[in-house]
Amino acid sequence: MQIDLRTVSIQPLRNTFDHLARRFGDKPASRYQEASYDIQAAENLHYRPTWAPEQQLYDASITRIVMQDWYALKDPRQYYYNTYTLARARQQDTAEANFEFVDSRGLADRLPDALRNTALAVLVPLRHAAWGANQHNSFICGYGYGAAFTQPCMYQAMDNLGIAQYLSRLGLLLGGTEALEAGKRAWMDGAAWQPLRRYVEDCLVVRDPFELFVAQNLALDGLLYPLIYERIVDDDFSVRGGSAVAMLTRFMTDWFAETRKWVDAVVKVAAAESAQNQAQLSEWTQAWSSRAAAALLPVVELALGAQADEAVCEQLAGLKQRLDKIGITL
Amino acid sequence: MDMKVEKKKLNLKDKYKLLTRDLGWEPSYRSKDEIYPYVKYEGLKVHDWDKWEDPFRLTMDAYWKYQAEKERKFYAIIDAHTQNNGHLNITDARYLTALKIFLQAISPGEYAAHKGFARAGREFAGVGTQVACQMQAIDELRHAQTQIHAMSNYNRYYNGFHAFADARDRIWYTSVARSFFDDSMSAGPFEFMIAIGFSFEYVLTNLLFVPFMSGAAYNGDMATVTFGFSAQSDEARHMTLGLECIKFMLEQDPDNLPIVQAWIDKWFWRGFRVLGLVSTMMDYMLPKRVMSWREAWEIYGVENGGALFRDLARYGIRPPKGWDDAEKAIDHMSHQLMLGLYQWSFGTAFHSWIPSDEDMDWLSAKYPATFDKHYRPRWNHIKKLAAAGTPYKNFGLAKLCQCCQLPIVFTEPDDPTMLCNRETTYKGEKYHFCSDGCQDVFEHEPEKYIQAWLPMPALFQDQQGDIGAWMDWVSLKDGTDNGDYAGSEDQRNFQQWRGLATSNQ
Repeated sequence: MQIDLRTVSIQPLRNTFDHLARRFGDKPASRYQEASYDIQAAENLHYRPTWAPEQQLYDASITRIVMQDWYALKDPRQYYYNTYTLARARQQDTAEANFEFVDSRGLADRLPDALRNTALAVLVPLRHAAWGANQHNSFICGYGYGAAFTQPCMYQAMDNLGIAQYLSRLGLLLGGTEALEAGKRAWMDGAAWQPLRRYVEDCLVVRDPFELFVAQNLALDGLLYPLIYERIVDDDFSVRGGSAVAMLTRFMTDWFAETRKWVDAVVKVAAAESAQNQAQLSEWTQAWSSRAAAALLPVVELALGAQADEAVCEQLAGLKQRLDKIGITL
Repeated sequence: MDMKVEKKKLNLKDKYKLLTRDLGWEPSYRSKDEIYPYVKYEGLKVHDWDKWEDPFRLTMDAYWKYQAEKERKFYAIIDAHTQNNGHLNITDARYLTALKIFLQAISPGEYAAHKGFARAGREFAGVGTQVACQMQAIDELRHAQTQIHAMSNYNRYYNGFHAFADARDRIWYTSVARSFFDDSMSAGPFEFMIAIGFSFEYVLTNLLFVPFMSGAAYNGDMATVTFGFSAQSDEARHMTLGLECIKFMLEQDPDNLPIVQAWIDKWFWRGFRVLGLVSTMMDYMLPKRVMSWREAWEIYGVENGGALFRDLARYGIRPPKGWDDAEKAIDHMSHQLMLGLYQWSFGTAFHSWIPSDEDMDWLSAKYPATFDKHYRPRWNHIKKLAAAGTPYKNFGLAKLCQCCQLPIVFTEPDDPTMLCNRETTYKGEKYHFCSDGCQDVFEHEPEKYIQAWLPMPALFQDQQGDIGAWMDWVSLKDGTDNGDYAGSEDQRNFQQWRGLATSNQ
């Protein structure tokens, strides 16, 4: 039986804020819309930055991508702080349970030595790469234009930090502080890691926010996550008795499946905006993804040896398919 | 290599170090100068970024978990507030003027702080500092969004909220707050930290946040006070960061002291002027008042601020240069500014009003030395004009201070009968200021402040002085958003709706 409670009913004067009514019509707006659209100052900015007087404080022209309306780059997940935080809180619950499970059952100690050593060798140095990703997304958030485009980059930056921390905990669990020290040595001096470290450091001097978006979130992540977490951890390690490792990297697998939808949506809309954008994005993607593939090859070799080449080629083909769908041509 | 070693038990501090600053590395393919191009030009010397003490040790998993709990509670209450017409529980719709100013002028500042901290979270050359800044960046985004959400339902029933995004960029009084935030963001990363992290968050937040949120609680505004409670622990973290930051700068090199001191002088005065808006809220806009501006200043300015600067004295820091002038202004500023807001109320997307006799008695009790002598007579005069059907309106344009952007309505520190007006000629142009403090700020960096966008000349030049066209441009609805509260649509609606909710008429 339906019970209708009665409340005092009064007629509202309006449905939403003016700037949202102009965009979406005179109807109640969603919380995502209220939290995202036009909340960055756009006009009559007072002073030019003393750190770059040729720029405006919020400057759409510091990237080569041109958008008539930067708020067209919306997030299909419709994340604002609340929905983002709640989603990650659920995922961290699962991650915590997984770490606890592996730890309490002594699963780490039961890993075959060779496998544990490979896992540490491949995964631990990646915490530094994740820190690099954090730097890049913080940059894109800070200097990109329009909250629809930039707010998910802040979430992405914090996720990158979270991933770097999960990788550190994985290292501590499987190999103690020595594992982190060895991982850092490998990152700094190990031959297998130098191309990737060079990639990250070269990105640290890129100051076009959209190019950085392509280099990090599309090109590098687009190869790194499927190769490391799907091909190596989920497939290869599991076959070799290392499912415990896959439990510890579940967050990364789920995270990539989710965030790539957002990355694709952003690039797709930007590429569809104009032929120039499409050409520029294709050029960047071409350049950065071939570099990323070359940088990842020696890392993948640490786990897959002679099969590494084939695995990387396979992923490049996978990336190409993905790019076809969003209008980027390699 | 056998890694089955006995694992060392790590203490919290060491573990946090491994989970944050150990993630960074010394670059070798690119130089630090290329990677961190903005850390040197302000002249601040940092020798060892590792000396940075992490002010709070929050890993991301803990952050997500903790913040999600607060978010769930916040939106549960906001939803209930909307569903149950919570807006009818406020003391009086006059109160909403404070919220309208907040949404138009302060919430955009939260967003600006979010952007600024995202930049600082990349530009500083130490991981500990960067992580702390990034956490504040995402928190500030939270604050901007939760404030919009908390006030969204008020917008559906009351005027003055609907065009906050347009008002932010175009109307005149929002320029006070936005020029403050634009100023901080156009400075280098260290000055930004002093401006927002230290001066605003540490020295001045208590004067903004505590009175504002207490005002919401006193006046039945469940939505805003819920935001206040929810943001409290974020603010506590931000204050800790601000203090850590200043100590870090001062401990790194003795040469940093004069630079930091000059920034403290500047940002104290800039912040104090922004707080002028808060003073009117506390003394005039709250139907049920929490405490007077003077009382708030005694607690949060004199006591807390005094203790802070005594603590910083060991580094050679002295209280901000404008401190004494601020103290002299406390008993006058809210009255002078509210008189200004009232006479220019044709151009504000909020209502103002003439205080009732009861309000004036309260003001004279709280300001025994100044109110009856200087301000009651002026209000009484305005009241007489209104009663005679010729309300006092000043359609002349306010002369704005080139620095703080408030109208020049304040008096000389030592003579409350003399309007304070300072002038500086720079490259053949004359610039006006409301105070010595603002003139000092300008003269220190004239090339910056001559760029200031002044909303009043914009009205003259772009709209040819056509007030109607200007109102369209700022999305101000004449007759409903602006003017006196008495007789306004907000007043009529609130009384009628409240009647519906509380009686059987």
